[in-house]
Amino acid sequence: MEDRTAGLTPPQLLEMYRKMCVIRRFDEEAAALSRKNLIHGVVHSYIGEEAAAVGMCAALQPTDYITSTHRGHGHCLAKGGDPQRMMAEILGRVTGYCKGKGGSMHIADLDLGILGANGIVGGGFGIATGAAFTSRYRNDGRVAVCFFGDGALHQGVFYECANMAALWKLPIIYLCEYNGFAEFTHSAANFPIADLTTRAAPFGFPAVIVDGNDVLAVYRAARDAVQRARQGDGPTLLFGITYRIEGHYVGDPLTYRTKEEVVPWQGRDPLTRFRGFLQEQGLLPESAGQQIEAEVSTQIQEAIDFAMASPEPGLSELTSDVYATTYPR
Amino acid sequence: MATREISYRDAIREALFEEMRRDPDVFMIGEDIARFGGSMKVTEGLLAEFGERRVIDTPIAEEGFVGIGVGAALTGLRPVIEVMFNDFILLAMDQIINQAAKARYMFGGKAKVPLVIRPHAGAGRGMAAQHSQCLHMLFVHIPGLIVVAPSTPYDAKGLMKSAIRCDDPVLFFENKLLYSTKGPVPEEDYTIPLGVADVKRPGRDVLIIATSRMNVFALGAAQALAKEGIEAEVIDPRTLKPLDLPTILGSLRRIKRVVIVDEGSRTGGFTAEIAARIMDEGFDFLDAPIQRVAAEDAPIPYCRTLETEAIPQERDIIAAVKRLL
Repeated sequence: MEDRTAGLTPPQLLEMYRKMCVIRRFDEEAAALSRKNLIHGVVHSYIGEEAAAVGMCAALQPTDYITSTHRGHGHCLAKGGDPQRMMAEILGRVTGYCKGKGGSMHIADLDLGILGANGIVGGGFGIATGAAFTSRYRNDGRVAVCFFGDGALHQGVFYECANMAALWKLPIIYLCEYNGFAEFTHSAANFPIADLTTRAAPFGFPAVIVDGNDVLAVYRAARDAVQRARQGDGPTLLFGITYRIEGHYVGDPLTYRTKEEVVPWQGRDPLTRFRGFLQEQGLLPESAGQQIEAEVSTQIQEAIDFAMASPEPGLSELTSDVYATTYPR
Repeated sequence: MATREISYRDAIREALFEEMRRDPDVFMIGEDIARFGGSMKVTEGLLAEFGERRVIDTPIAEEGFVGIGVGAALTGLRPVIEVMFNDFILLAMDQIINQAAKARYMFGGKAKVPLVIRPHAGAGRGMAAQHSQCLHMLFVHIPGLIVVAPSTPYDAKGLMKSAIRCDDPVLFFENKLLYSTKGPVPEEDYTIPLGVADVKRPGRDVLIIATSRMNVFALGAAQALAKEGIEAEVIDPRTLKPLDLPTILGSLRRIKRVVIVDEGSRTGGFTAEIAARIMDEGFDFLDAPIQRVAAEDAPIPYCRTLETEAIPQERDIIAAVKRLL
């Protein structure tokens, strides 16, 4: 029992399940709003990848740092982001995390250690490594997690940052969500060597590959990597093998993949699997599961209602927040 | 106030020492800055006083260490990042333009990114096309950045101290041919506010606005012109962004003729921006067309003769003034 649940208590396990449901529901609703043309910008769905964010963040403290990606709703929610302020941001309202000035790709909550989603593929490497640098500089025991997709693994900045993180033994976890696609291209097409662990080999820190649709597998690897980082042993590159069930963005015509290739992954849905596991462990009776799902539905509907009732930012917001300082002339 | 003559290099170094002593969150990071003391010897001695924790040598990986600086700044530290030649900063553009410059705005005003990036610019050392550019204008174009380019030791020290204390990302352009120039610098602590120009020489006949090393040339040109009875007023914007337009317009209102000098290339350059701002807000003050003196629209060549020809010289400034009078 202890080993099967990775040392997590029943309330912790149920909280993880609830978080996964929140992420799923949030992105289902965000996609629905996008299809109804109620969202001005683009929405990148995290559906099918929930175990990676939740498994990783379950191993973190509130004071730890994360950087996220353009496909970032799941990471922010897993780190404690408020669905109301997130939905308001996606809908461009002043009550959103960024006053409606950032949108889906720039949600940030510095108080929760969320150093921003990022519109640049690989944009989090420098920021997360820098956050880990701050932690070491202050010796405050925090760790930083850089979430990124496998597409970002081809950006040069990863190797520059990983090199310095290894040299200085920075407390960082590079968490690669290998989700099958780099935008509109199959991931495998970009890897001359299939063995993913080679990507950490030059720097001498471990690379660990786990089933990214198994939240407890992600959690176990995350916990070990976090411990390694906090002990001062340096970075870890984690791969969660998962699958991007939806397209690159909501509305993606998906001309580059067959319906057949999605089917096996639908059978590995991380929510279905974790629910089954919890039921098997006697932790989630049918009625309790239904109750969680109903509560989550209400919570997300409230987030939408909150966002819809919120005003857009005033025109003065166009030029505010460009600088922190007011200059004399 | 006690004042002594020190070099531009020593003035910047003093600012770094003083700010690192004042604020434990300030640290230095870059290539060859610690053990070697910096490629231009600006950071010499910092390692001995502040140790490896705060004076950090990096691999040659500009995007990586600038990116780490951005992350460190977002999480509360105050990095001062040396990138050597400003030509190398192009390897770190995503970190500066997409990340540092925009984080505060994108995040709705919650973030601040208090970092200073120290590149050096300028031709004149026979370093050719990839070690001699003046790239400040690339950053002047970007909302969210502060761009500073001092021309004297006094300004360099006072502006560096303000840059380090500033909560916004600052590009601090030094000039490789100014490092050994000397000037008076007070012994006492002082700062110069960002965004304030300085009238380096008062005059009545023509206004010369000149940046960085070109301001030294402008003062030389003004001296030569004075012998012919032409009194030029010389302004150094010092901070290129935000621009102190009121000081410029204040002089122009009186003098009515202006020459703008900058070592960046002419097309889309800093001279073009100042000229446009004057047309927007000071057209009525002008009695003659604006004269621009800038680098040729060509890469900086190696051969000394060509290199000298590529960038503005005193004689070019004098010729521009004479076209106006």
